[in-house]
Amino acid sequence: MNAAMAWRAFRGVALREVLRFFRQRGRFLAALVRPLVWLVIFAAGFRAALGLSIEEPYETYTTYEVYIVPGLIGMVQLFNGMQSSLSMVYDREMGSMRLLLTAPLPRWFLLLAKLFAGVAVSLLQVYAFLLISRVYGVHIPLDGFVGVLPALILCGLMLGALGLLLSSLITQIENFAGVMNFVIFPMFFLSTALYPLWKMAESSPLLERICAINPFSHAVELLRFALYGKLNVMSLGVCLACTMVFFIAAVWSYNPRRRFHSSRTG
Amino acid sequence: MTGPSPALAVHRLSFRYGKTPTLDSLSFDVCSGVVTILLGLNGSGKTTLFSLLTRLFAPDSGRIEILGMDLHQTGSSALRHVGIVFQQTTLDLDLSVAQNLLYFAALQGMGRKEAVLRMTEELEALDLADRLDHKVRTLNGGHRRRLEIARALMHQPSLLLLDEPTVGLDIDARKSLVAQLHDLVRRNDIALLWATHLIDEVREDDTLLILDKGRLLAAGAAGELVKQSGKADLVEAFAYYRTAKA
Repeated sequence: MNAAMAWRAFRGVALREVLRFFRQRGRFLAALVRPLVWLVIFAAGFRAALGLSIEEPYETYTTYEVYIVPGLIGMVQLFNGMQSSLSMVYDREMGSMRLLLTAPLPRWFLLLAKLFAGVAVSLLQVYAFLLISRVYGVHIPLDGFVGVLPALILCGLMLGALGLLLSSLITQIENFAGVMNFVIFPMFFLSTALYPLWKMAESSPLLERICAINPFSHAVELLRFALYGKLNVMSLGVCLACTMVFFIAAVWSYNPRRRFHSSRTG
Repeated sequence: MTGPSPALAVHRLSFRYGKTPTLDSLSFDVCSGVVTILLGLNGSGKTTLFSLLTRLFAPDSGRIEILGMDLHQTGSSALRHVGIVFQQTTLDLDLSVAQNLLYFAALQGMGRKEAVLRMTEELEALDLADRLDHKVRTLNGGHRRRLEIARALMHQPSLLLLDEPTVGLDIDARKSLVAQLHDLVRRNDIALLWATHLIDEVREDDTLLILDKGRLLAAGAAGELVKQSGKADLVEAFAYYRTAKA
């Protein structure tokens, strides 16, 4: 594989994703409105009910709005990963996936290009959300905007790779609703996005254990620590490992021997 | 004495969906400067064969060589020499003609200058130059098909694979496309494998492969196959081969 040719293909895939993203203005709006509704309405309502003690990475008492921001960033990336997955299922049904998979480049490289393109789109969404949150009055340290970037890329890759894997397993676009019920909602609600682990433990030790092993919890904690210039080593390890496992499984699933293309017409 | 090596050589290719054999030990060649028509009814295995030729599927047994390179050993790099038009459109309807072509050029690793040059040449050759900035969604079926062919030719492939490229076109658009493709093969000396179930798209001097239920029933010049069958025309000859060799 020639490096210049590979780079052109990589750039081409990314450019197409970004073009598609800007073409679908509703998608951008939805990506922003979803976490903002949680921030402005849900968090405001729960601020009084949920007292949060001082715990890492925070050095003082925090409002619930501040606590929930990393979880909402994770939510943006989770939905973006699933949206990419949905668009891959759609591309496969509409045929345009074939164009990508018959390009003269290794399949793992094409899938990786698609994955990075999805991360690029998620970064646009996350930074737009962070800016609005700051304007709304949620205190996020300015250097956190830069410090969180590597964590955003890693979490975007992990959730995108999960989406990629799911897209290879979903045979019809109609089945995608199941992903909402069985992947997105459990991942989001059984995580530290909305409540810290100790709060979960107070109501159910079982829920706490599930939250603790949920990879999405680790993505949220990695983002939370990175926003305050700190590193959560455990979360970093879990996110790296999950990214590798999800991506390798996705490449395996897209292997020609797996025959994931089901159309037989002629 | 041996002739020039074929652009595409298929040796004893077999494939099953579950326990159902879909392709049964197919062997044939596709040579440069020749239109090779793969004629078969729906369900005969044409699209499955194309999925194998384009590496979307891997065969259970047998070998596919593109310009002498084993497709499943050399991997995707052999596809650099292949232009593909699938039965189902693979255009992005919401992108413009130019954006679709430049995306494809990027996937082929072409530089921007070369891509723009080739795009202009191919669109002019297929009478689409004035549609450059049109969204694909606004094009009619005939224009979309020609655009897919223009795209398949962007990287100047040696082998062109077309899976039912005239499906959904009216009679005039079909005739025009058939003539353009024959002209293209002669002019550029490329090898063309064209899958169809429409007998009227076959010309006497085309090489014909008759596929039925995954088996190759006959292969040779279309005119010769009609003569050998002792029938009056290709429609009758096709029916003859299907019943005689069933």
